[in-house]
Amino acid sequence: MTAAVTIRIQQADFDIAQEISALTQGRTDIGAVVSFSGICRGREGSETIAALTLEHYPGMAEAEIARHAETAMSRWPLTGLTVVHRVGRIVPGENIVLVLTASQHRQAAFQAGEFLMDYLKANAPFWKREESAAGTNWVDAHHGDDAATARWTKS
Amino acid sequence: MKVKYFAWVRERVGKSEETVEPPASVRTVDDLIRWLAGRGETYAHAFETPRVIRAAIDHAHVKSDTMIAGAREIAFFPPMTGG
Repeated sequence: MTAAVTIRIQQADFDIAQEISALTQGRTDIGAVVSFSGICRGREGSETIAALTLEHYPGMAEAEIARHAETAMSRWPLTGLTVVHRVGRIVPGENIVLVLTASQHRQAAFQAGEFLMDYLKANAPFWKREESAAGTNWVDAHHGDDAATARWTKS
Repeated sequence: MKVKYFAWVRERVGKSEETVEPPASVRTVDDLIRWLAGRGETYAHAFETPRVIRAAIDHAHVKSDTMIAGAREIAFFPPMTGG
């Protein structure tokens, strides 16, 4: 079993269907692809969001995603994995992040996708700044993100 | 060694990176934070709450008691909010 791994950080939007076909093309060993996309919300609580600007740490962001991809591949029998994370200014309704996990059976793909997203949110060096009528603010980290990550170390 | 700052740490310091030569008494990440905080008002503001500052040495997360000897690049930033 070989796993095709793609990790990209880019300003441009991505096409989910295109990313899935790039992952599965010419393969007959994939029985399941799970796709997660994170999308910019137009509302946060009572606040209307005009846009998000994402900053990242070039070099470390790729390295950190690659480390978690390796962990995911050692824990689940994955046949393919794609992570695309956008940076720069993103308006509500636009894509922010894509995680695709492929496997022979669905369970591994579902679990690995959730594991990767939990780890990316808590550990990958990206920061969001929100633009709203009140001005611009760096988004606070959610304590829930660390709790979501912790549950993968229990079993 | 090269020091990099991201997000509001970068904004408060007023620069994204610089080269620093701390004295030999600065041995851990936490020592470096205290030393940087003493370099002026902008640094004091950026590092006023050391427990919320995260650090990475050569592109890997480290704890505040990690020794900095041999580090080429140390980065300081707030908790991450990607995804």
